[in-house]
Amino acid sequence: MVNLEALHELPPAVGSAPTDGAFSLLWLVIALPALGAAVLLLGGKRTDKWGHLLATAAVIGSFVISLILFFSLTGRDSGDRQVTQHLWNWFTTGSYSVNFDLLYDQLSAVFLLLITGVGSLIHVYSIGYMEHDVRRRRFFGYLNLFVAAMLVLILAADYVGVFLGWEGVGLASYLLIGFWQHKPSAAAAAKKAFVINRVGDIGLSLGTALIFITFGSTSFAVVSAGSHEASSGALTGIGLLLLLAACGKSAQFPLQSWLLDAMEGPTPVSALIHAATMVTAGVYLIVRSNFIFSLTEDARTAVIIIGCITLLMGAVIGCAKDDIKKALAGSTMSQIGYMVLAAGLGPAGYAFAIFHLLTHGFFKANMFLGAGSVMHGMNDDVNMRNYGALRKAMPITFATFGIGYLAILGVPPFAGFWSKDKIIETAFADNFLVGLCALVGAGVTAFYMTRLMLLTYFGEKRWEKDVHPHESPKVMTYPLIALAVLSAFGGLFTLNSWISDWLAPVVGEHGEHELGIPAIVMSLIILVVVALGVAVAVQLVGKREVPKVAPEKVSVFTRAARADLYGDAFNDEVIVKPGVAGIRGLAVFDRSVVDGGVEGLATALSAISGRFRLLQNGFVRSYALALLAGATIVIFALLAVNFG
Amino acid sequence: MSTTPFIILSAILFTIGAVGVLTRRNALVVFMCVELMLNASNLALITFSRANGNLDGQIAAFFVMVVAAAEVVVGLAIIMTIFRTRRSASVDDASLLKY
Amino acid sequence: MIAFWMLAPVMVLCAVGMLFARKAVHAALLLAVVMISLAVLYLVQDAPFLFAVQIIVYTGAILMLFLFVVMLVGVDASDSVVETIRGHRLFTGIVGLGFGLTLVLGVAQVSFGTVIGLDSANEQGNVPAIAEVLFTRYVFAFEVTSALLITAALGAMVLAHRERLTPKPSQASLAAQRMRDYAEHGRHPGPLPPPGVFARSNSVDTPALLPDGTASEASISRVLAARGTVKSVPELSDEIKELDMPEAGE
Repeated sequence: MVNLEALHELPPAVGSAPTDGAFSLLWLVIALPALGAAVLLLGGKRTDKWGHLLATAAVIGSFVISLILFFSLTGRDSGDRQVTQHLWNWFTTGSYSVNFDLLYDQLSAVFLLLITGVGSLIHVYSIGYMEHDVRRRRFFGYLNLFVAAMLVLILAADYVGVFLGWEGVGLASYLLIGFWQHKPSAAAAAKKAFVINRVGDIGLSLGTALIFITFGSTSFAVVSAGSHEASSGALTGIGLLLLLAACGKSAQFPLQSWLLDAMEGPTPVSALIHAATMVTAGVYLIVRSNFIFSLTEDARTAVIIIGCITLLMGAVIGCAKDDIKKALAGSTMSQIGYMVLAAGLGPAGYAFAIFHLLTHGFFKANMFLGAGSVMHGMNDDVNMRNYGALRKAMPITFATFGIGYLAILGVPPFAGFWSKDKIIETAFADNFLVGLCALVGAGVTAFYMTRLMLLTYFGEKRWEKDVHPHESPKVMTYPLIALAVLSAFGGLFTLNSWISDWLAPVVGEHGEHELGIPAIVMSLIILVVVALGVAVAVQLVGKREVPKVAPEKVSVFTRAARADLYGDAFNDEVIVKPGVAGIRGLAVFDRSVVDGGVEGLATALSAISGRFRLLQNGFVRSYALALLAGATIVIFALLAVNFG
Repeated sequence: MSTTPFIILSAILFTIGAVGVLTRRNALVVFMCVELMLNASNLALITFSRANGNLDGQIAAFFVMVVAAAEVVVGLAIIMTIFRTRRSASVDDASLLKY
Repeated sequence: MIAFWMLAPVMVLCAVGMLFARKAVHAALLLAVVMISLAVLYLVQDAPFLFAVQIIVYTGAILMLFLFVVMLVGVDASDSVVETIRGHRLFTGIVGLGFGLTLVLGVAQVSFGTVIGLDSANEQGNVPAIAEVLFTRYVFAFEVTSALLITAALGAMVLAHRERLTPKPSQASLAAQRMRDYAEHGRHPGPLPPPGVFARSNSVDTPALLPDGTASEASISRVLAARGTVKSVPELSDEIKELDMPEAGE
């Protein structure tokens, strides 16, 4: 008999059932896009004609395999749904051995579907979006590379393998943000993203090292089995380091500043990498490491605080941006803040974090692609002040975007309602203050999304003169429609608590949270707050004339929000300037003390040598004199020894 | 016939030759002083030969003479060459190899 | 020992004189005295072969070579007595004195034991005895000295060799040069008149007489003219008359 209480206390261990049947295809999920990337990037110009089709086919192939695997997994018993595929031994040093294993369980399965599914749609969309770009083949190569790296990240059964994927997606992100490298702003944004991501990567590598020191291994199976025996200090340390990693990759405070600049990349990239998948890797890492976070209250508290700060920051930034993509990026930050917050709530929240991640992946990808569609029709203008009244010019885009809008607001029955409501409820159950933050965040979200909708699709035409908005081609609208459908009905996953039950073997069971009020009342309160946000936006934005240029005379808060809440200024003051000053000091120290010491010694020697050098006067007679003197001394010494 | 006076004479001549090498600047005179030193050592060798009752010392002195002859030939040729290029036979003039 | 006590002061004085002789020739001559005296001391010490070698090789060959070089370098060149290196002379004096005293006192302290003498070694004569030792025990060293001497001779030739920088003048070009000198400077193209046409004792110091009875400057060495040892024409005229007289008397 299994001790139920103990089971309740301890986080579930990662199993390692061997692969059989359909699961032996698991490696193919990664191999297909990796092969596509290799062919496209190494094949050169020969692949220009059909490269994008190959890339899209590779990802769709991965998606099909993912579906097969998913249904194979659902056919199994709920206790038998963890599959490990051993590929090869990566390296072995002493007693430490890292295997290149793939872990396919309920969590990976969900992510696999999200990445390959949304990835496929975005590949299809990109065929239309990048049609006129001369470097389209390269773009698709990078996209495939990204998909492959992301799949490594979520399928790896070892922290070292996760690290490989983690760095891979970082590289792909860098390449794709700076894809239009002829723009200095894009190149700078790519560098910024790369550098800030390195800070987070240090967290992951140090965390992995600490895991190795604590457990003697880095594989999920060993760590999850032994985590309850580790000291709480070590667990907290690991948790905080992993949180740092998550902050870097998921643009959480204080490493959030790169995400807004990352919008310099092509819009499909923003949708795929910087909204739906890569930025959620941090959430994945925390949820995957539930066997660590469940056991350390301190690290979880830190996660919650970070999540709260970020969700409010992102929402506030989203309110002030006129650039449609940056407004959406602020929203992404905010929504990931929700997920991190949920993940920080422990076993009660893991499932909702993943659920919100899924639905957010749908509706945010939908809205980003919608924004891309709008930009496509508006000659790549991103300033919402030049939009307006586009609902008639672009009906499909408007309709799909509208569904995404309703989903992010949390209007029932759209996807966001189910996921966000659950998070806010759980937050209130955990701590009133945290819940309040989440609730306020929901209100602000309603405000800025409504503002975005009003500026873009309603009101007066504020178009530039030579702009003639038109609906995008079908290759772009079909993915929009698909994503809109998912945004609308994604919430069905939670029917009958399906997602919680599905993930329970991975993230652990939890009892019903105790809320002081019935859930339906809670939902109503949330809806009221959201409606309030919408009303304020309509009042402030919809009923007024929208100036062409952003007004200068605005409140301190607006100004702060426009400046990304001074994230860059903060980095400059706190990190860059002291760093530069410290390095200057080091340079001075090096020049004066180190060089001074070395060169001083050299100078002293040189001066002494200069004195002695004068003995070498070049006169043979002087040398001969020295010779004779030496001979005298030798003879004298010999005599002294003999007669002494 | 004691040997000590010969040896002392040899030592005195050797010392005078050495001092001459050190004080004179004309390369030719310096060279002559070197010859004087060699001769002084020859005297000592021959004296020791007599004292020990075998001829090895004389043979050594003979070899010294041979070597001195060869040395003089080459040395004088060098002095000539230097004189030809520098118009000077002073040893102090060839002092470029210095600090 | 008589020879030693007579020669030793002379040798030391001559050696000291070398230190102070301002002319290289004087130093060479003083060295010659020392060397010959040494040769005598060799003879005294039962080394007749080395006595001969010392005279022939040192005094005869090496010192002659020195004198030749002195001649080439310049007989007149005399050293300045001013010391140029600061403190050199003082230090040399101190070191030299110390060296000499150390050696002399050291030697004086040592007793060399009884003198065996070379009577038995020189039984068959000094030269055959040396030859026996030289060609048996020291034969290899002896052979090596031959290589040394050849090398030295070659080295001296290489050092004394002067590279020809201009083409060797041919007889025709010399003749052309001579005619060009005559055309440009009016220099006499033919051979110079020989001196002493009417010489009696030393014809070189007697200029040739031109048909008009004057003496030809070109017929005598310029060195002799500078020294003033050339007989003047008026002096000559008497002799000419003297010579003429008997003829006239006949």
